[in-house]
Amino acid sequence: MEAFRTRFSRLLTATIALSASVTALAQGPTYQLGRVPSQEEIKARDTAVSPEGKELPPGRGTAKEGETVYVEKCRSCHGPNATGSALHRGLVPLGNAKPVKIPFSLVPYATTVWDFINRAMPQTKPGSLTPDEVYAVTAYVLYRNDVITDTDVLDATSLPKIRMPNRDNFLPAQPEWKPKAKRPFGYYP
Amino acid sequence: MGSHSHSKRRQFLTTGVGLAGLVMGAVRSLRGQTPAPAAPEAGPRDLLAYGQPSPFDNTIRRAPGRATSVADTALMTPLQDLDGIITPSGLHFLMDHVKGIPDLDPKKHRLLMHGMVDRPLEFTLDEIKRLPSVSRVHFLECNANSRPLRGPNGESVQLVHGRTSCSEWTGVLLSVLLKECGVQKGASWIVAEGDESNKYTMSIPLPKAMDDTLVAYAQNGEPVRPHQGYPLRLVVPGWEAIRAVKWLTRISVVDKPYMAWHESGNNADTRPDGKGLWFRFELGPKSVITRPSGGQRLPGHGFHEITGLAWSGGGAVRRVDVSTDGGRTYKEAELQQPVLRYAHTRFRFPWKWNGEEAVLQSRCTDERGEVQPTILEAAKNLGVTPEYFFDADHFNGIQPWKVNRDGSIQNAIL
Repeated sequence: MEAFRTRFSRLLTATIALSASVTALAQGPTYQLGRVPSQEEIKARDTAVSPEGKELPPGRGTAKEGETVYVEKCRSCHGPNATGSALHRGLVPLGNAKPVKIPFSLVPYATTVWDFINRAMPQTKPGSLTPDEVYAVTAYVLYRNDVITDTDVLDATSLPKIRMPNRDNFLPAQPEWKPKAKRPFGYYP
Repeated sequence: MGSHSHSKRRQFLTTGVGLAGLVMGAVRSLRGQTPAPAAPEAGPRDLLAYGQPSPFDNTIRRAPGRATSVADTALMTPLQDLDGIITPSGLHFLMDHVKGIPDLDPKKHRLLMHGMVDRPLEFTLDEIKRLPSVSRVHFLECNANSRPLRGPNGESVQLVHGRTSCSEWTGVLLSVLLKECGVQKGASWIVAEGDESNKYTMSIPLPKAMDDTLVAYAQNGEPVRPHQGYPLRLVVPGWEAIRAVKWLTRISVVDKPYMAWHESGNNADTRPDGKGLWFRFELGPKSVITRPSGGQRLPGHGFHEITGLAWSGGGAVRRVDVSTDGGRTYKEAELQQPVLRYAHTRFRFPWKWNGEEAVLQSRCTDERGEVQPTILEAAKNLGVTPEYFFDADHFNGIQPWKVNRDGSIQNAIL
């Protein structure tokens, strides 16, 4: 966790440095168009969850509970063993020591898994899972990938603390962009 | 030709039904059936009201023989059939990461802007259209474009390189909208979200959002097509097209990337050393000869113009060199003017085929001086074998086409 915090503060420093180059911060409106939405309206639509997880709603779940939800709402597409089918993606492996190129194997933060299940699953009725169900299914997916045990409780506090197995295996170490930066010959990809 | 006249007849029938729509609606109501909810105001158009290509022309988008992902829809732009730099909207490539195309009513669509701003605001489409507009010609290229031998055998420029298209986009600079909201100190990224079942989400650094990123409502002079994000699409010039959020409905100003599914897990790549690659944003300098190209056959000896496209996420294309001997010698090609930043650039090169084997290829240099590598140079640089690129994103290697003595042309990248 300490390592995570250090890395995170480094990320913050880098991003603040980036923003310093943006001019015209905090200006008044010029065109006076658009409607001011209420805080409730914003809250209802602002569902994206960041790695810090401060947007996570109350709720809790374990992998054991998640298995029940999985059988009921996920298994028909993702298969009895969560390994997928001809038409749908498997959910394992999520975090091998060496990443395998399947879509779910390169996730750096557990919040990303929660967020995507919350917004997009199940495919037939996205957004229909309760927070408890999302915590539980996320726990089940992480348990099946040997990231947590089947009795670990996931909630708004514990989920962001999970360290994904490949967290340190990403390039660039922190996402950043510098305008007009020249790349070495043959850099891409 | 039989199938052609059949399809023409079907089109006519569809049009006829469309014209009779009002009558049909009345009948339906009399029968007490529920009318279709929120049907679009305009019905199908007839062939004169909205023109169609000649019946002799069957230029179409095609899917690769091998699906890249079971969840995606992929259709490639027929680069070999097109001229100039603009891709007709109906031939713009598709690479959808969502379930089904949302049917968005422009009257009900809203763009919500909030987060680290002084004034959260929600705009209607009409309000966005009242703001100062710009028109910019930009390419959109999928980060997975140009994987060698895709198709599954790399047989044509369409299947290998057809995930890039270029349009004139009209809309409002995102910076205008952000300034209306007043970006607060400490903000450094935006999170953009699309209005479809997955709520497709992408994080973009604020400096790019405040620079040339566009909230587009028109493509090539008409409303953005439904598959391209109707009624609003984000266009992030020069960057991998996964950033160009379709059906744009929400922008949150934040202080960190959100690591959404489509930017961290789903579009990350692996390297042989076990590292994952993510957030690569800009596309490299690239060019490809579109004619003559793989799968075509030269009808005979003599003069043939070589033509193709070049582009770069680094800005404008500075020069394109063409080789007819597999890269042993290069000569500079002519660039179609004007050369635009982050846009397809058409190049042309006169060539006389003497009937012997030839290998045609092009090499792009952009305004930063970055040069397109060969596949061997790129592999050497990364310390991998060329096969690595079969499954890698952002590959921008030089594409050689081999002309055989019988005039047939094939992919010669390996």
